[in-house]
Amino acid sequence: MKFGVVRFPGSNCDQDAYYVLKDVFGVNVRYIWHADRRLDGVDCVILPGGFSYGDYLRTGAVARFSPVMQAVQDHVDKGRFVIGICNGFQVLCEAHILPGALMRNMGLKFRCRQVFLRVETNDTPWTCATTEGRVLQIPIAHGEGCYVADEAVLDTLEQEKRIVFRYCNAHGEVTPASNPNGSMRNIAGIVNEGRNVLGMMPHPERASEAILGSEDGRAIFESIIQSIRKEGVAA
Amino acid sequence: MPEVKVFVTLKPTLLDAQGRVVQNALHALGYDNVKSVRIGKYIVMDVGGDPQRVARDVKEMCDKLLANPVIEDYRFEVGE
Repeated sequence: MKFGVVRFPGSNCDQDAYYVLKDVFGVNVRYIWHADRRLDGVDCVILPGGFSYGDYLRTGAVARFSPVMQAVQDHVDKGRFVIGICNGFQVLCEAHILPGALMRNMGLKFRCRQVFLRVETNDTPWTCATTEGRVLQIPIAHGEGCYVADEAVLDTLEQEKRIVFRYCNAHGEVTPASNPNGSMRNIAGIVNEGRNVLGMMPHPERASEAILGSEDGRAIFESIIQSIRKEGVAA
Repeated sequence: MPEVKVFVTLKPTLLDAQGRVVQNALHALGYDNVKSVRIGKYIVMDVGGDPQRVARDVKEMCDKLLANPVIEDYRFEVGE
């Protein structure tokens, strides 16, 4: 089993993701440079958080055209696993691998704090090791995390159970007050149609050890490790 | 070489949080007649080629990179 963490110029959560996979979960992980055109057989690609290309023009807009992204698109098309965290989610939306877009937070402020997420479905490779309705405490750190899409897209996401996480309060209630950035329908994370690609604004790699205040992010890594084991090692 | 001006704005259906803050500030300055403020991007480029080709290229550039069709509208002017 092998994970690959993509490094764009301006990525800054790449080392956190690498560390968690290597030292907390003990799995094989390597970095993938943004100029690489090959993924060298990794099972799961991580597009990490940060400010790729300085967030110039729009978040993720320039990273989307990095040479590595064609390889990521091919990986997606083969049904293999990709997770975009924070800036990675923005890149996946810009690349039209996930629907919708991430806009400036409604309150116009950069929000860096713990939030609660409700697991809306465990019928994904990213949440299969956890339960529906479980409340996870995972931090966010973003200025542009307001998820928007047109009504038809939102309805499709609901119908196909592709909304994976919603912002909620500590009791799991999805309320306007628990929405840190104005995201439509409190959306914090979604999967693509094939469910092999997850995009989420919160940072599970910052919530995988008790010393950091929460281990709830482990649910996502445990799920994907289990999913990779189930489907066998990379071809 | 033709100078191209590209204007990118949020779709009218989306709330422009920044525009709303500026609108409130203008109201605070006494400009009660300001009914709406939308803040966008203004991109100026020098693009080589005949105006017809330039217009075609710029439209492609907008669709691919300069604007995000999910949330933004754009228009552009090709100068002399």
